[in-house]
Amino acid sequence: MQKFARVSWGDDGSRINPVAGTNPMTEWLNPLVLMANFVLVPGLVYGAQLALGALGITLVFGILRFSNFAHGDTMAFGTMITILMTWLLQSWGVSLGPLPTALLALPIGIFLTVLFLLITDRLVYRHYRDVRAKPITFLMASIGIMFMMNGLIRFIIGPGEQIFLDGDRFLMKAREFKKLTGLDEGLAIRTSQVLTVVVAIVLVVLLFWFLQRTKTGKAMRAYSDNETLARLSGIDPERVVKITWIIAAGLATIAGVLYGLDKSFKPFTYFQLLLPMFAAAIVGGLGKPVGAIVGGFIIAFSEVMLTYAYKKVGRYLLPEEWQPDGLLQLLSTDYKFAISFVILVVVLLVRPTGIFKGKVV
Amino acid sequence: MRALIAFVIMAALLAAVWHIQSPTVALGMLNLCLISAVMALGVNIQWGYAGLFNVGIMGFAALGGVAAVLVSKAPVAEAWSAGGSQIGLTALCFLGTIIATTFAHRKTKGRRGHFLIVMLVAVIGYIATRHFYGPAVDAIESVDPGKTGYLGGLGLPIMVSWIVGGLFAAGAAWLVGKIALGLRADYLAIATLGISEIIVAVLKNEDWLTRGVKNVTGLPRPVPYEVDLQQSAWFREKVEAFAAEKLTGLNGAAREEALAGLITEYSGLFVKLCYAGLFAIVLIVILTLCVLALNSPWGRMIRAIRDNEVAAEAMGKDVKGRHLQIFVLGSAVVGIAGAMLATLDGQFTPGTYQPLRFTFLIWVMVVVGGSGNNLGAVIGGFFIWFLWVEAEPAGTWLINLLTSGMAETNWLRLHLIDNAQHMRVFVMGLVLLLVMRFTPGGILPERVKAR
Repeated sequence: MQKFARVSWGDDGSRINPVAGTNPMTEWLNPLVLMANFVLVPGLVYGAQLALGALGITLVFGILRFSNFAHGDTMAFGTMITILMTWLLQSWGVSLGPLPTALLALPIGIFLTVLFLLITDRLVYRHYRDVRAKPITFLMASIGIMFMMNGLIRFIIGPGEQIFLDGDRFLMKAREFKKLTGLDEGLAIRTSQVLTVVVAIVLVVLLFWFLQRTKTGKAMRAYSDNETLARLSGIDPERVVKITWIIAAGLATIAGVLYGLDKSFKPFTYFQLLLPMFAAAIVGGLGKPVGAIVGGFIIAFSEVMLTYAYKKVGRYLLPEEWQPDGLLQLLSTDYKFAISFVILVVVLLVRPTGIFKGKVV
Repeated sequence: MRALIAFVIMAALLAAVWHIQSPTVALGMLNLCLISAVMALGVNIQWGYAGLFNVGIMGFAALGGVAAVLVSKAPVAEAWSAGGSQIGLTALCFLGTIIATTFAHRKTKGRRGHFLIVMLVAVIGYIATRHFYGPAVDAIESVDPGKTGYLGGLGLPIMVSWIVGGLFAAGAAWLVGKIALGLRADYLAIATLGISEIIVAVLKNEDWLTRGVKNVTGLPRPVPYEVDLQQSAWFREKVEAFAAEKLTGLNGAAREEALAGLITEYSGLFVKLCYAGLFAIVLIVILTLCVLALNSPWGRMIRAIRDNEVAAEAMGKDVKGRHLQIFVLGSAVVGIAGAMLATLDGQFTPGTYQPLRFTFLIWVMVVVGGSGNNLGAVIGGFFIWFLWVEAEPAGTWLINLLTSGMAETNWLRLHLIDNAQHMRVFVMGLVLLLVMRFTPGGILPERVKAR
């Protein structure tokens, strides 16, 4: 009770809303801003991060035809290198002003991750392609690679949590927003959030331009649709595979760095992102880039909306005598995996190909 | 023959640990090797026999662990009187919701408003369940939260939980299998990964049931306690007889002192040996059943389904039914091993369930041992656990050797030594990839009878 007293509650528990009588709009704007601050913005940002991760999974699935269990650790690997480079740059006194230094370090992170994935492809996956192994063998090999990356990450940077965000934390603080609009609820927007959404949009546009317009992109889509036909048309499968790994590594590193800037970097959390990312890719339809993006947002918004405590929103919208005692939280945040899982299961049961008719090999 | 050599080498490795490190380490390792072998057998049933890819082993092992708590701990009477009736009502509401929702789904299927009606029933059930659940949890968790704050168990002997753990895991596997089997292999993998994360999340957060991350310690033992042994005249006599050589030539106080030291040492070893005996019995029983099953007509049918599903189905075999059966059986074995592990630890700590250790390590065991071969799974469990434990000191030793040129306080050296233990994860990945590539059959490949 005490926590919200300043906002709109009097000492006797009755609602005091100074502007309510004068402007009925604020009556509705306050809960809307509240929802935007705690549901819309975090959902958008998390969705963008999941979408970038799921795009990597879906591309690898489309071209190499297996579920890459090492993807979460690929994200962590790229992020780790970016963090190490960021620390190096910071020790040199380099900074990007209001933007995080990690952006400068990102290209090196991407480069080394690409290199790592190309080496693993050459040493591990290529053999299984040559002997035309079953998808499940690829999956198991990816578990082996997951182990190795995980070991390297823990060895180099340790299993602990790292925070590497610098520059301006906020683009708009909650207090400034309140002053600006005169509302009781504030809308805070962090730099990392804007960065995530902008970078995600640019990357997705670039990716789709690449897949739709360039010769290589068309070759990739052709290979994904029908491998035999693509080979007959003179498409070099090894080249397609290489480009897929390069794109997947780039997307994974960027997604990982954005997630780390927005929240924090912890190797185990990145491993756990595997489930929501797979759920996103499957919900959208495995092998379909559009599906991965839509799926990412579906998963993210379901998670945020179901784990948000609506108590405060209820205070604005419900009459006084209906005020609930509880938090109005549908599900504790500890069970957010359950949400990805339930969505996944429902999609598998109702429409195994996903929204955009992906592959079921 | 190959199996015999493999087991002799394994025994030699353990004997080396016994002599070089200490008997306590060797026996501790043996116990965990035995449990790992049982888990690997469970996974081998699923993957080796039927080709089912289960990445949710951690969840089933955790269910075994929770069974150990719920069976063996004494019930907390105050908690039951405080929130027992309400938790009962919650359970009733929950079950009622599931039944009503299923009923509504069946009755209105294909008609207009089907989705709306089902959702409405589910939402009403959810609200009713939450209505009882909140106060019940508060009441139970406020009963002496430092010590209990949960409902406790049944107070039965802990060995019962090995069976109950298997049943818990089997129940969960039946649910998952109903949903995810029959879809392509990757989907089963992801679904099981999800269910295991959810099971562990529930065990971590539902304090009224498992005390969550506050852990349950002091589970009763199926074997005697060291302290009791040290004080019993019977054990003293045995030690005197057993270690007569070491005691000869000693007299009076010196002999008493030496004897007391020996009794302390041997009591620890004796307890570990008792555990090893119990685990070995379980392992041998399950192994025997597995061998018999695999060589029976049923085993041939399962392998036929694995090798060619379409052909097997055309021959009139019930592929889906067999898959479900196999999935439930294998998970039950993992659940038994999970309960055994909690028994050995004497505690239930949900925070220790990590997928790398409990899911993927077991996979490495099965693949390295030889999928489809029961003895292979056992030797894989032994060997990989040995490697997992020994890779840690070996890694530290190696790093020490490599960095011996650096100064004692060099930050890089300190960092590397600090993190050297994590290299064993890397080693596991390497072993898995090398075995998959160069000896795809594993140490003991599956035997295919010549026609």
